[in-house]
Amino acid sequence: METIGLHEADEDFIREVEERSGQALSRCYQCGNCTAGCPMSFTYDYPVSRLMRFIQAGRKDLVLSARTIWMCASCETCSERCPNKIDVAGVVEACRHMACRAGKDGVYAVKTFWDAFVLSVNQHGRAHEAGLLAMYMFRTGRFWTDVDLAPKMLPKGKIAILPHRIQGRREVAEIFRRFREGAADEEAVRSRLAAERRDDVVAAYSGEGCP
Amino acid sequence: MRIGVFICHCGSNIAGTVDCASVAEQAAAFPDVVFSTDTLYACSEPGQDAIIEAIKEHRLTGVVVASCTPRMHEPTFRRAVERAGLNRYLFEMANIREHVSWIGKDMQANTNKSAELVRMAVAKLRLNTELKPKFFPVTKRVLVIGGGVAGIQAALDAADAGLEVVMVEREPSIGGKMAKLDKTFPTVDCSSCILGPRMVDVAQHPNITLHAASEVEAVSGYVGNFEVTIRKKSTCVDWSKCTGCGLCTEKCPAKKSYDRFNEGMGHTSAIVIPFPQAIPKKAGIEKEHCRLFRTGKCGVCAKICPTGAVDYAMRDQIVSVKVGGIVAATGYDLMDWTVYEEYGGGRYPDVITSLQYERLLSASGPTGGHVKRPSDGREPQSVVFIQCVGSRDCSVDRPYCSGFCCMYTAKQAILTKDHLPDSQSYVFYMDIRSPGKGYDEFTRRVQEEYRARYIRGRVSLVYPKGDKLMVRGADTLMGTQVEVEADLVVLAVGGEAARGAPHLAEKLRISYDAYGFFMEGHPKLKPVETNTAGVFLAGSCQGLKDIPSSVAQGSAAAAKVIGLLSRDMLESDPQIAQVNAGRCIGCGKCISVCPFKAIQETEARGLPKVEVIETVCQGCGVCNATCPQGAIQLSHFTDNQILAEVEALCRF
Repeated sequence: METIGLHEADEDFIREVEERSGQALSRCYQCGNCTAGCPMSFTYDYPVSRLMRFIQAGRKDLVLSARTIWMCASCETCSERCPNKIDVAGVVEACRHMACRAGKDGVYAVKTFWDAFVLSVNQHGRAHEAGLLAMYMFRTGRFWTDVDLAPKMLPKGKIAILPHRIQGRREVAEIFRRFREGAADEEAVRSRLAAERRDDVVAAYSGEGCP
Repeated sequence: MRIGVFICHCGSNIAGTVDCASVAEQAAAFPDVVFSTDTLYACSEPGQDAIIEAIKEHRLTGVVVASCTPRMHEPTFRRAVERAGLNRYLFEMANIREHVSWIGKDMQANTNKSAELVRMAVAKLRLNTELKPKFFPVTKRVLVIGGGVAGIQAALDAADAGLEVVMVEREPSIGGKMAKLDKTFPTVDCSSCILGPRMVDVAQHPNITLHAASEVEAVSGYVGNFEVTIRKKSTCVDWSKCTGCGLCTEKCPAKKSYDRFNEGMGHTSAIVIPFPQAIPKKAGIEKEHCRLFRTGKCGVCAKICPTGAVDYAMRDQIVSVKVGGIVAATGYDLMDWTVYEEYGGGRYPDVITSLQYERLLSASGPTGGHVKRPSDGREPQSVVFIQCVGSRDCSVDRPYCSGFCCMYTAKQAILTKDHLPDSQSYVFYMDIRSPGKGYDEFTRRVQEEYRARYIRGRVSLVYPKGDKLMVRGADTLMGTQVEVEADLVVLAVGGEAARGAPHLAEKLRISYDAYGFFMEGHPKLKPVETNTAGVFLAGSCQGLKDIPSSVAQGSAAAAKVIGLLSRDMLESDPQIAQVNAGRCIGCGKCISVCPFKAIQETEARGLPKVEVIETVCQGCGVCNATCPQGAIQLSHFTDNQILAEVEALCRF
C-alpha cells in the first residue's frame, strides 16, 4: 500500500465539494452509520464512510474515479441516519457531478442511463420511458435486461410507445439550453454556486453544538 | 474629589491594541483627576501597591482602574483601596479589555474608546458616595435537593460538620440512580452494598431531616435566609405509623402494576416499597395502578395493615423551612431513546436500556439476578451493546458525550460473561472514552480477558428475525458493513437533565444551559457555585458525571456551604434601592415589579409611601427604572450617576 502525503490534500477540491453540496465535511466524525445502513454497499469499491474520509483528506482523483459515487442509489438512508445531520447522499451527488465535469468515465451502464434520462427529458419535457429504455439498451448492449417486465407494464400504461405531449416542453428545453450555455463557463458556475451556498457552509461551521 | 486613574496594560492583552500611555495622558485632563498613570499589571502585587502608594502620596479620594471585566478583579481593587483607607465604593472600573482590546484591532479607535470609557468612569466616580454594608444573621441550616449519591454525600458532610440538613427527594426513597445499579466500575463492587450504609446514615443522622416523596414548591429569601416551601406528596400511607413490614404489598391484588424502580422489567403491586434497602422503608400507593382509585372497589391494604397506616383520603402536605444555603443535586434522567425508529422505537421487547439491564443483572431485581430475555425468559447467548444512543448525536439534539456510557457498557459486558459464561458480547462503539483512574485498563480487560468483541462503528438498523434480532452496523476499521445475530440488544442510552430541572432552576433563580443542566459560577474556578449566592450544585444536575465525580462534587458543595454558614453574620450588599420619602407618591408600581418582594407599603403623616426591606433587596434596579417620580434610587447606580456617564460620553 502506498503512503499518503497528508500535505498533498487538495484543499480546493474539499472546498468545492462543500460548496456544491452545501455540507460542512468537517462535521463528519467517522462513526460509520452511513456505511452501516447503505443498501448498495455490496456494489461499491469503497464504503461511503471511507469516501467521506477521502474527501476530508482531499483525495480528488480517488474520489472522482470511485465506483461508489455511481453505484449510489440516492436512497438517502445515510443522510437520514447521520448523527451530524450531513446530507451524505448530497455529497455523493456533488461528487458525481464533479466527476462528469472532470470527464471521468464513471460506471458506463449507470452513466449511460443518466445521460439517456436527461436527453429524454430535454427532448420531451419529461421522461419517455420506452425511448429512454431503447436508448439505454442500444448503447449498453443489454437487450434482455428487464425485458420480461414489458408485457406486464405495457397494458397498464406504465410504458407508452409514443412520448407524452406535455405542456411546457419548450420551457423545459429552454432550461437545458440555459444550462448548457452557463455550464460552458465552468468558473462562472462555480463562483455562482459559491456565492449562493457559502452562507450555508459558513453557518454549518460556525455554530456550537448542533446546526 | 481628588481622583487617580490607572490604565492597565494587562501585558499585551490591552497594550497590544490600545495606547495605554496616551489614554493615561488624556485622563489627566478629566475633571477632578489629579493623578494618572499606566501600569503593566494593575492586579499584581506591585500594581496594587502602586495604587495604595498613589492614594497616600497624592491624597486621592477616588480611584479609577481601566483594565478587565469587573467580574474578575473589582473585588481585588476594592480591597486595595480599602487597605489605603478609602471606602470601597469610591472606586470605579472601566473595562478596556473585553469591551475594547479583545474585540477590535484598530489602535487609534481602541485608544479613543478607552479614553471615553475612562471619562465615563471618572464622571460617575465624582458622584459616588461612601456606602457601608449592614450585617444580618444567618440560618445555620442547609437544604439538599435530591437524594442521589451526590446529595447524600453533601448532606452527610454538612451534617457531620454540625449543620442541620433538610433533604428533599422526589421519589419515595433516596438512593437515586446509583441504587438501581448492580455493580460499579472499575472495581465491579456491589453498588447497593457501598451506597446502602450511606443511605442508612442519612436516615439515622441526628442532624438530617428527610422529606421523601416531596418536592420543592417555592423558594424565597436570599443567601443566609432562604424560605423554602416543600410539598410532601400524598402516598396514602401515614409514614409515622408504617413499619415497612410489607404485608400490604403481598396482599395487594394489583400485582401487574408497572415497576418504576425496576424500569418496567418486572411487575409490582400498586402499594409498593420500592426496593428492599429503601430509605425510608415505607409503603406508598401508586394511584394510577390502585384498584380502589381506578374502580372504587378494593381496600385490601387498609384492612390488612397491622398499624392502620393506610389512609386513602390523605392529602399533600405543605411544609415551610428556613435555610441558610441550598445544594441542588437533582441528577439526570435517561433520554427518550424511542425516537430511534431504527432500533425499533420501543417495539421489540428484547431491545432494552442499560438501566433496565442493570435491573436484570441485580440480585434484588425482578429476575433475582438471572439474565433472562424479557420476551421469552430464555438466557441470551449473544448480547449486543450499542453505545452513544442519544449521545454525540446532533440529529436528536444531544451533541454532548454522556461521559459514563463507555465505562458502564464495559462493566455490563464483564457481568454478562460472569452471569453467562457461554455468552458472547459485542460492543458497537464510536470512541472509547475512559479517562479515569484504572478506567482504560478496565476497558482493555473486558476485551482481553472477557473476550468481548469491540466493533468501531455505529448501528444503523435492528430488525427481528425469527426469535432473534439482527443488528446491522459498520466496522469502520475494517471499512465494511457488518451484521450480527443477537438474543438481547442493550442500548447505552445517554443522560439528559432530570425531568423538570429548568423549572427548579427558575425557582432557585439559577441559570441553566440549552440542555437543562444547571450553570456553574465559573467552568473552572467555581465548579459548585452558581451565580446566585448561597445556592450550590452537586452531581449530574450540573453536567453528566460518574459516581466518583458526583461524590467529589457533593463534598465540594458541602465544603462551600459549611464555609458560608461558619459565619454568624453575613454582610449585606449596600448597592440596594433607597426611597426618597419626600418624592414618593405611594403609587406602588415598584411593589408590583419587584421580583424579590423587597418593597412594602408604609405610611408617613397619613400619606401612602413605600419602604425597602434592606436584607431582601438584591439591587436589580427594576424599581428604579419603574418609578415615575424618580423617588426610588439604586445606591451606586442612581439616575444622576448614570446620566453623568451618558453626558460624559455624549458631550460633543
